Amino acid sequence: MIYREAGDFKASYRADGQTFPLRLDRTAYWALLAVAFLVVPFVITDYWATSVLVPFLIYAIAALGLNILVGYTGQVSLGTGGFMAVGAYATYKLTTMFPDVSILIHVVLAGGVTALVGMLFGLPSLRIKGFYLAVSTLAAQFFLIWLFNKVPWFYNYSASGQITMPERTVFGVLVTGPSTSAPAKYLVCLGFAVILAWLARNLTRGTSGRKWMAIRDMDIAAEIIGVNPLTAKLTSFAVSSFMIGIAGALFFAVYLGAAEASESFGINKSFLILFMVIIGGLGSVFGSFAGAAFMVLLPVLLKNVLVGGMGWPTDLAAHIELMIVGALIVFFLIVEPHGLAQLWRLTKEKLRLWPFPH
Amino acid sequence: MEQLLYVAELVMNGLMTGVMYALVALGFVLIFKASGVFNYSQGVLALFAALTLVGIQNGQIPFAHLINAMFGTNLHSFGWTVPSVLAILLTAGVMVLLALAIEKLVLRHLVGQEPIILFMATIGLAYFLEGFGDVMWGADVKTLDVGLPQGISDTAEAWTAQLTGYGFFIDRLDIWAAIVATALVAALVAFSQFTKQGRAMRAVADDHQAALSVGISLQFIWIMVWSIAGFVALVAGIMWGTKSGVQFSLSLIALKALPVLMLGGFTSIPGAIVGGLIIGVGEKLFEFFVGPMIGGATETWFAYVLALIFLVFRPQGLFGERIIERV
Repeated sequence: MIYREAGDFKASYRADGQTFPLRLDRTAYWALLAVAFLVVPFVITDYWATSVLVPFLIYAIAALGLNILVGYTGQVSLGTGGFMAVGAYATYKLTTMFPDVSILIHVVLAGGVTALVGMLFGLPSLRIKGFYLAVSTLAAQFFLIWLFNKVPWFYNYSASGQITMPERTVFGVLVTGPSTSAPAKYLVCLGFAVILAWLARNLTRGTSGRKWMAIRDMDIAAEIIGVNPLTAKLTSFAVSSFMIGIAGALFFAVYLGAAEASESFGINKSFLILFMVIIGGLGSVFGSFAGAAFMVLLPVLLKNVLVGGMGWPTDLAAHIELMIVGALIVFFLIVEPHGLAQLWRLTKEKLRLWPFPH
Repeated sequence: MEQLLYVAELVMNGLMTGVMYALVALGFVLIFKASGVFNYSQGVLALFAALTLVGIQNGQIPFAHLINAMFGTNLHSFGWTVPSVLAILLTAGVMVLLALAIEKLVLRHLVGQEPIILFMATIGLAYFLEGFGDVMWGADVKTLDVGLPQGISDTAEAWTAQLTGYGFFIDRLDIWAAIVATALVAALVAFSQFTKQGRAMRAVADDHQAALSVGISLQFIWIMVWSIAGFVALVAGIMWGTKSGVQFSLSLIALKALPVLMLGGFTSIPGAIVGGLIIGVGEKLFEFFVGPMIGGATETWFAYVLALIFLVFRPQGLFGERIIERV
C-alpha cells in the first residue's frame, strides 16, 4: 500500500541504474536532506549537537571509509584510530602553519595526507592477507600513536603534549574553537558527510568499486580476469584513509577541540568503528550511517536508562554497556552477518507486498 | 665488558618476557589449529581467569556490585578464603563451563561462516567477557598471590657474579614462568601426539569434514579445545596477574601475543615459543640500542613493525604451514 513500484517506468539505462530507482525512495531521500539542511540547524541544541548529531556524522564518515576497505575490498584493518590521528595532527599542523587558508581546505588536505600514509601501510597487503594483514595494521595503529606522542614537532612543542584547535571561521562564521555554535558544528560535519557519502556511493558502483569487490570475493580470480591487485588494493587504502583522515580531522577540530593521541585515537576507536561497520552492514553506504547511529545512540540510551532511570552507579553501567555491545556484536553476526543494512533491505522487500503474505 | 654483560642480562630478561608472551600465544595457536577461529578474546580469557581466581580465593560474592545496585543491599564477601590449589581447580572448572557456553551460544551458530566473521565474533566475545568479568568480580585492581616465588633471584645473582664477576638480575617469577611454560608445551605436545583425543583434535584441525566422516564429534573437540585454551589462559593469567596485578590492562597482553603469532606462524606451537623469544629479546635490545635515539618507549610498536617487515618476506611466518591458494 505504502511502498509500491508499480507505474515507475524506466526509459533509459541511466534511469535504471540510479541509486534510488523508486520515486518514493528518491522523494524520501531529498526530503531527508532538506530536513537535515534546512530544519535541523534551526532547532538543534548544544546537547543534541555534542552528544548525538556531531559524533554521529563524524563516525559515519569514518565508518564509510573503513567500509570501503573492509566491506568492499575485504581487507580488514584495525588501524583506523591511527589514521584518524594522522588526519587530526595534519589539520593541526596545517592550520597553525598557514592560518590564512580556509579550514575546509586544510581538512581536505589532511585527508590527502592520511591517504598517503594509508597507502604506505597498505603496501604489505599485497603480500599478506586475512588475519596476518589485520594484525599488521595494528602496527600502523601503535606506531602512529607513538610517533605523535614522542615527536614534539607534531604538537608544536606544547607543554602538555596536547594539540588544541585555534578558532577558525568559514564565511565569517566560527566553526572551530570552544565558542562555536551548535548549528555551525553540525552543518560543517553534515556537509562533509553528504559529499563523502555521495563520493563513496559513486566510486563503489563504478569501475574502481567493481575492482575492489572482485578482489574481495577472490583475489586470485580477480587477478586472472585482469584486475590489477596493486592498484585496486592501494586505491582502496587511499580512498578509505582519505575519508578516515577527514573524520579524524573533524573529530579533533570540530568535536573535541583539544586532543591527545593515545587518549582520543587509541585502539578502542579502531574497534568502535569496526563494530559500526559490522553492525551497520559490510559493503553498504547506508549501513555505515546506520551502524554509526546505532553505536552513538546506544551508550546515550543505556546511560539514560541505567544511570538516569534506575540510579545505578556509572561504572557498573559502563560494564553492562560493554557486555551489551559485545553480546549485540555476536548476536548480529549470528542472526544477520550483513547487518542493519540487510534488515532494512528485507523490510523494504516485505513492504512491497504488504499487506499480502506473498 | 661491562656493557656486554649488561646486554647479556638484557637478553636473559628478554627471553623470560618472551616466554610470558608465548604463554598467551599458545592459547591462540591451539584454537586456531583446531577450529580455524582466530580467537581475539584469548587475552580477555586470561583476565577473566585471573579475576575468577582472585575472587574465589578471597571468597568474594559474584555479582555483588550488581546485586547491591539492584536491591540496595550491601554484600561484599562470604568471609572465607579458599586455599590456592582448590581455587585454581575451581577456576579451571569455571573455564570449562565457559568453554561449554561459548560453544553452545556462539560457535555452534557460526559454523560455516567466513573466518573473518568468526574473528569479529570473538572480538564481540572479548568485549562481553570484559564487561562480564567486571560486573561479576568488580573492576578494582587486585593482587594475585598463589604462592609463587617473587622478587630478584639471589641464587642466579650469586651464581653469575661468581662466574663472570657481574650479578644478573633475574626475577624469580620469570624463571618459574619459563619452567611452567616448558612443562605446559611438553604436556600439550604429548597430549596431541599420544592420546586418542589429541589425535582427534589434530584430525579436526586437518579437515573438518573428513574428521566428521570418521566419526569424530566436532562439538566435543571444540569444547575440549576451548577448555584447554581456557586452562592455558588461566596459567597465563596467574603468571601475568602475579607479575603486574589483576586489572584491565591484563587483557592487553593479547595484543602483545599477536605479533608473536605472526612471526611464528598461526599454526605452529613451536612457532609460538620461538616467536615469543625473538620478540621478547628483540624489543629489549631495540629499546636499549635504538630507543634513546628516537625518544624511547618503543616497546609498544616494535614487535608489530618487526613482524610486519618479516611477513613481507615470509607471509606464513617462521613455522606456519605454507599457504596454497587455488581458484
